[in-house]
Amino acid sequence: MEQIMPATGAFSLIWVLIALPLAGAAVLLLGGRMTNKWGPYLGVLTVVGSAALGVVMLLQMMGLPAEDRSIQQVAYRWVFADGLSVDMAFRLDQLSMVFVLLITIVGSLIHVYSLGYMEHDPDRRKFFGYLNLFVAAMLLLVLANNYLLLYVGWEGVGLASYLLIGFWQVKPSAAAAAKKAFIINRVGDVGLGLAIMVMFVTFGSVTFADVFGQASAASEGTLTAIGLLLLLAACGKSAQFPLQAWLLDAMEGPTPVSALIHAATMVTAGVYLIVRSNAIFDRAVWAATAVVVVGLITVFMGAIIGSAKDDIKKSLAGSTMSQIGYMITAAGLGPIGYVFAIFHLLTHGVFKAGLFLGAGSVMHGMNDGVNMRRYGALRKVMVITTITFFIGYLAIIGIPPFAGFWSKDEIIHAAFEKGPVIGALLILGAGITGFYMSRMVAMTFFGKARWEDDVHPHESKAVMTIPLIILAIGSTVLGMALLFWGHIEEWLEPVTGIATAPSPLSTAATIGISLAFVIVGASIGWIMYLRREVPITAPRGSLLTRAARRDLYGDDVNEVLVVRPSYWLSRVLVWFDRAWVDGFVNGIAAFVGGFSGRLRRYQSGFARSYALSMVGGAVLVVLALLLVRLS
Amino acid sequence: MNTVPWLTILGAVPLVGSAVVALLPKGRDLIAKQVALVFSLATLALTIVVALQFDGGSSQPFQFIESVPWIPAFGISYGLGVDGIGLVLIALAATLVPVVILAGWRDVEDTPDARGSVKGYFALILALETTMIGVFAATDVFLFYVFFEVMLVPTYFLIGRYGGPQRSYAAVKFLLYSLLGGLFMLAAMIGLYVVSAQGGQGTFNWFDLAGMDIDPTTQKMLFLGFFFAFAIKAPLWPFHTWLPDAAGAAKPGTAVLLIGVLDKVGTFGMIRYCLPIFPAASEFYAPVIIALALVGLFYGAFVALGQGDMKRLFAYSSMSHFGLIVLGIFVFTTIGQSGSVVYMVAHGLSTAALFLAAGFLMQRNRGSSLIADYSGVNKAAPVLAGFFLFGALATLALPGLVSFIGEFMVLLGSFQRFLWVGAIATLGIVITAAYALRLYQRTMTGPVGPGLEGIGDLRGREITALMPVVALTILLGLYPAPVLNVVNPAIDNVMSSIGATDPAPVLGSTGTSSEGTEQ
Amino acid sequence: MNPANYIVLSAVLFSIGAIGVLVRRNAIVVFMCVELMLNAANLAFVAFARMNGNLDGQVVAFFVMVVAAAEVVVGLAIIVQIFRTRRSASIDEPNLLKY
Repeated sequence: MEQIMPATGAFSLIWVLIALPLAGAAVLLLGGRMTNKWGPYLGVLTVVGSAALGVVMLLQMMGLPAEDRSIQQVAYRWVFADGLSVDMAFRLDQLSMVFVLLITIVGSLIHVYSLGYMEHDPDRRKFFGYLNLFVAAMLLLVLANNYLLLYVGWEGVGLASYLLIGFWQVKPSAAAAAKKAFIINRVGDVGLGLAIMVMFVTFGSVTFADVFGQASAASEGTLTAIGLLLLLAACGKSAQFPLQAWLLDAMEGPTPVSALIHAATMVTAGVYLIVRSNAIFDRAVWAATAVVVVGLITVFMGAIIGSAKDDIKKSLAGSTMSQIGYMITAAGLGPIGYVFAIFHLLTHGVFKAGLFLGAGSVMHGMNDGVNMRRYGALRKVMVITTITFFIGYLAIIGIPPFAGFWSKDEIIHAAFEKGPVIGALLILGAGITGFYMSRMVAMTFFGKARWEDDVHPHESKAVMTIPLIILAIGSTVLGMALLFWGHIEEWLEPVTGIATAPSPLSTAATIGISLAFVIVGASIGWIMYLRREVPITAPRGSLLTRAARRDLYGDDVNEVLVVRPSYWLSRVLVWFDRAWVDGFVNGIAAFVGGFSGRLRRYQSGFARSYALSMVGGAVLVVLALLLVRLS
Repeated sequence: MNTVPWLTILGAVPLVGSAVVALLPKGRDLIAKQVALVFSLATLALTIVVALQFDGGSSQPFQFIESVPWIPAFGISYGLGVDGIGLVLIALAATLVPVVILAGWRDVEDTPDARGSVKGYFALILALETTMIGVFAATDVFLFYVFFEVMLVPTYFLIGRYGGPQRSYAAVKFLLYSLLGGLFMLAAMIGLYVVSAQGGQGTFNWFDLAGMDIDPTTQKMLFLGFFFAFAIKAPLWPFHTWLPDAAGAAKPGTAVLLIGVLDKVGTFGMIRYCLPIFPAASEFYAPVIIALALVGLFYGAFVALGQGDMKRLFAYSSMSHFGLIVLGIFVFTTIGQSGSVVYMVAHGLSTAALFLAAGFLMQRNRGSSLIADYSGVNKAAPVLAGFFLFGALATLALPGLVSFIGEFMVLLGSFQRFLWVGAIATLGIVITAAYALRLYQRTMTGPVGPGLEGIGDLRGREITALMPVVALTILLGLYPAPVLNVVNPAIDNVMSSIGATDPAPVLGSTGTSSEGTEQ
Repeated sequence: MNPANYIVLSAVLFSIGAIGVLVRRNAIVVFMCVELMLNAANLAFVAFARMNGNLDGQVVAFFVMVVAAAEVVVGLAIIVQIFRTRRSASIDEPNLLKY
């Protein structure tokens, strides 16, 4: 049983981490128009405040011995009944610490960037309110000390995501995308909800400590059930197969949202959930295998979609799916992979945020155009954006010494320790990553200009480029810093456990092979999109390309299997309710009415016929009396 | 026992208010509204006073007990008293009435063909509040029945005189349906009296009846009488068709009281009368009732998904939620039943938020409740759209709001008892999200619809009416202890009266110790 | 004399009255037939009182007489009014009170 320490020092302010951005959201959303002017700055400040507090906590935590780094703060009893007791309580340990820093620091940068990006939007006060709400919910998600509170954060980020995807609600496509994201996420939430129920029924508690402490006593069937349900939840939130369809549509939201929520933080919550629940997955082999399978499928789905899309944001979204697939795969590998899943999550959070913000900067200069076929040669007019984007590019495809290289390589290495097939597939995935990212960079920044007539690209303002530069620096050094200076493996080891297994390939061989694949993939991309002019209208493409442009038919499958039958069923039930249930009730009423109408006819108004019926009645009564007496 | 008859005073205040409002001279509409608001606020203040005196930790589940013989020959008394369940429902009613009065400030003026006067509207609302308090506070079955039936009178007039185009049809349907249910309950109640009279003096006193040992066959028959009345009131599938008509024809304020409070009498009756008086029958019929509740849960949700009329959509959505509440009651777990009571409160609040926001919207567009008539309202009236979205989110039980706590406890309690029932019911949250967000998408987003450009945003009075509901939904979601503290002991009492025990966790840990205590 | 004969007489009178009510159209005659039935009942009451040796039947007979007198007052007034407005004393004609 792990040791849990009470909150002292800076740790007594854990709740403030969440409360600050939450208060910001409340002020911005309830304050009305009077906060229009200074509201956005307040929004930035609250997140920066949380980030500063997070850094202080990191320093204090680093001063503690490794076994004392799990801090808990109980606020009050939240939900309770006989046998059920859930606290409003927070847990800050090594795992949540790195998440707090990722969320608040990347969040701060994106808030600052948004000051520039959303400068002219009339509703930017709301935008910052929603962003703050998101940060608060995400922090709650990673700081909760029990699954039910985690659930609140889990749906809270879903709500923020819903609000921000649909931020430009006037566009019907944005509103539809927002709804779709929420509903698909709800399917995942069913998984999380049921997992919590199974935990409660099994362990009588839903706190992490109780669940993990007793996990070894539970049957493997139960743990497998919990694991699969958690995987369902993770699939919804992290856009993994088969619940991946919402992420591409989610790009309807403003680009900073895509960077913060749909690349760096929220979509990685599924990885957090699985790694956090390592005590369960370690003992549920089948569930862990399912995690690996889902992750691998998504690696390729995302990569293929990313290779075919001409919309720069959607291509990046496909890439995000694919990269999260790496993390999920790593998380499914067990103790040999957990640490690297988180490692990749952190580096990815930084470089993908940089890439998305870079894309946003490009769009900002291109009148919000997203079609890469109308880009080209932007390196001449957007120097800073080009350089930072290129660094992000090097990081994501995994060129040493950029951040992505270290984390991705560790995952591939761990995969080989588990099984050569998994490792080989991941290397292939890395090759495709090289291809689609090169395609993106080539189409956007190189080649000939294919701009539309009224577009005058220009470099963005400093408020936008400075976050880009900071993220680019992060994309360069973060991998090395975490590995060699931060010792991330040792840091996370008390939470996740760590293990190594003999690998069929040596470290050097793994690096060599994967680098070779990446370079081949990247070269194909560069050659295909630089040697020939990129056509402005997309060619018809191969069968696979066309499928990938339609998101590999994800929407069509949902439409045929779920959406159409639901609406059909609802129409039938509406009809049934009117015609049969209500019809039955009204039918009885009509019957009674009709019957009494008939009966009324006997009130003919002829006094003598009334008299006759009275006599008849009297005779009947007399006869009845006589019969009774005689018998 | 205290000497001040708090509950009688509580019930009398709105009644006096109703009489005062009704006796005001004609044409003094503003004064009538103000007097009504003052009386409703006074009732709310009194309710708070009562609630603060209520001792959740006491071993006595019923408090503020009053008992005066009424018709001693039949053992009928004027008996009042509340446990935690009755208390929170009275508090809900007392909270919603001022909200509805404020929200309906101009309801009558805005209905050109209303057949009643302004003061009549508010007098009826206050009269309705008295009956609502009475029905939740009665501890005598006969008194309960009286309030149960008298409640129909103001509701009938509120729908029939002040409602929309279909008001007469809806009001008569509502009245007949409810009377039919009441008739069965009356018969069962007389039967209950006869059974109680077999051991000497017959009684209608709840405390005596709840402790009585009734032969199981008799129980089953009498149970059905009570349950039928409550199932119509709640409404449970398939006895629900009066609700969409009534809610569709009623003013939004009336509909809030109808769905938010009156319908809770059904579920309240199940937990207060059906379970403790007929434990064996409850257990016998539980599988059937659970099946009906599950059917209702999904049926209501799917029909709501296909509705083209907002008010009817809300009615079907409520029917779906009532399925959930009934489910929580009849799985016989503490968590499920506590969750049901929390959900009753939460549902009252979320209905109020959604229905009133929708009402403000409809008022701005010639009273149309057709979804197809709206589009892009968010652009024209962002504050209204915000409240509407909040109502939708409360309906879909977003975590952090009180409806989530109720819903999750019900689902958890069901899962604890019947794994598959809980698992299937959980799937309902997806459909709920689908219809709630679809409604929002179709009415509030997209380009602004024709004729909606100048509708104007919410004004001060309207925001004031909605804010308490919103605030309560959030506060109780983050800190539900005020409700749970009083409800849990009452539920323990119900559970022990039916002799049910909670299934223990598989691994035997009770989980009551929180981590924070072990240092 | 055997009191049972009075009962028989009463039955005969009652039957005559009843048949009269059913077959005659003239309101006055119908009215007289109703009176006949009432008095037949009175006769039966008195006869039974005599047979049982107590006064109950006779008391009831007085009640019946009072009722009959009241009925005559109201009934004749109605008939006179109808005759005035419709120039007819037939009871089949005023069938406006239907449905």
